[in-house]
Amino acid sequence: MTKKPNELTIVEAAAALRARSLTVRELWDACYAAAQEKNPELNAFLEIFPADERAIEAAQIRVDTDKESAPLLCGIPLAIKDNILIEGHIASAASKMLGNYRATYDATVIKKLKEQNALFVGRTNMDEFAMGSSTEHSAYGVTKNPHDTSRVPGGSSGGSAAAVAAHLCIAALGTDTGGSIRQPAALTGLAGLKSTYGAVSRSGAIALGSSLDQIGPLAKTVEDARILYEAIRGADPLDSTTITDGLYPAREVPENLRIGVPRHLLGEGVDSGVLAALDATLKRLTEAGHTLVDIELPTSSHALASYYVIMPAEASTNLARLDGIRYGHAPRGKTLLDDYVLSRTEGFGEETRRRILLGTFVLSSGYIDAYYRKADAARAVLRREYNDAFQKVDVIAFPTTLSPAFKFGEKGDPLSLYLEDIFTVTANLTGMPAISVPMGTVERDGKKLPVGIHFTAPHQAEEILFTIGRAVENSR
Amino acid sequence: MATTEEVKKLAALARITVGKAELEKFTAEFDAILAYVGQLEKLDLPQGKGGEKPALRNVMRADGEPHTALAYTEKLSEQFPSREGDALSVKQIITHD
Repeated sequence: MTKKPNELTIVEAAAALRARSLTVRELWDACYAAAQEKNPELNAFLEIFPADERAIEAAQIRVDTDKESAPLLCGIPLAIKDNILIEGHIASAASKMLGNYRATYDATVIKKLKEQNALFVGRTNMDEFAMGSSTEHSAYGVTKNPHDTSRVPGGSSGGSAAAVAAHLCIAALGTDTGGSIRQPAALTGLAGLKSTYGAVSRSGAIALGSSLDQIGPLAKTVEDARILYEAIRGADPLDSTTITDGLYPAREVPENLRIGVPRHLLGEGVDSGVLAALDATLKRLTEAGHTLVDIELPTSSHALASYYVIMPAEASTNLARLDGIRYGHAPRGKTLLDDYVLSRTEGFGEETRRRILLGTFVLSSGYIDAYYRKADAARAVLRREYNDAFQKVDVIAFPTTLSPAFKFGEKGDPLSLYLEDIFTVTANLTGMPAISVPMGTVERDGKKLPVGIHFTAPHQAEEILFTIGRAVENSR
Repeated sequence: MATTEEVKKLAALARITVGKAELEKFTAEFDAILAYVGQLEKLDLPQGKGGEKPALRNVMRADGEPHTALAYTEKLSEQFPSREGDALSVKQIITHD
């Protein structure tokens, strides 16, 4: 059975374009038609862009002229999370606050993709300002999981994940502050990468937690994720937190990897089906020649608490700029203070307001020592524990999530939804790169739901993640 | 334990109005969230290791040519909720009464 053009991977589509068995126009039309057909049900896209005839033509000309030397993303239709700026398009971060905000410039990652002649299918739904793990907190309705539409796609990059998983585009960009790429990737059966802090420029990304945020790929294969990551990474004068190659000590990528497994984190709360899939995957990896090493990461049990102090603190600071004065939602009251308060009260959704209040609390005098400074100290210890562990292993493995995708409304109280991030937040706190790769399915109500295995590598050792990720794919 | 008064004060600091029903809901949720993150208060960090910071780097940029004057003016001012020419129009906050 041959795949439809929209079902291809980046590698397959790029090969087909070069072999002239497919034109850029046909590839675009296939993605666009699939998006138009499926989006009313899935709500993966907040907006599907009309065909950009000039961009399609330019991509075709480049493939025809440059052939093999054309960039792999030339003519490839991608989906972009709604918190990444594309000049001239709305970038709302799925908030009413920015519902009328039209980007005045391209994010650096968009500039890089345009230089490769990539195409943009549309902007994808997300939890408002990337606050959430289910895409239930969008101001524009929930996104549904293509594997079971009664379930969430994960979040906050749930729209990007659903768009790729349902083949409404070839691959997508998301952002990851505490797991927002890796968790939806796991729940929709994709590869999702959060790179080393500073590897990818955030110029033009709407900030959530500035010491945590990274832009990254959601893709159908590990190789596609690598291609997209290579296209967007690099130091950028417009983001002074970006890093240059070789900032951290180089790590070899041995043929047989030592995989650290912190068994002590896999007790309570992890679904038995997820554990079975993890064990089966690890077993296949050892059969392929890799070795398992028991490791201890004792401070990991406090990582989530630290994260839910640091992230709201940074979020409340970042979102202070949105006040209805220069752009965005701007109702008017009697006084200038009314203007601020009305804009923020009407513009922000419930979860955003909750996190702003939480951030204001942990930063307030009398509590900053007990919460924020303690969380920051725990973060430093966590980073040291990981660095120590990487003295004896190449990569650390655990499941990406506790369970497969849950049903809408199932995690109604905020704390139970926050627990969804328990495995993913450490990579953001330590700044280390991490990837989620599909590791099979768990059955629920007669439906097969994907689950993911999560690998963390030392700073700037993304290559190790791609190697182990491909090993998981090849072992299936 | 968070009180509704505290949450109301936080909201005022954050320039947000929280309605009565939501105030009670937020306060209850705050208690659960703070009880969870409160585990940090009891966390016993190794002596002398608590204040560790990731390696810090200075990022300096050479002074260069600024962009052309007015290059972004129109794009930015198009986003203004209210404008007079290229100027952002806001409420008068100082009066002479």
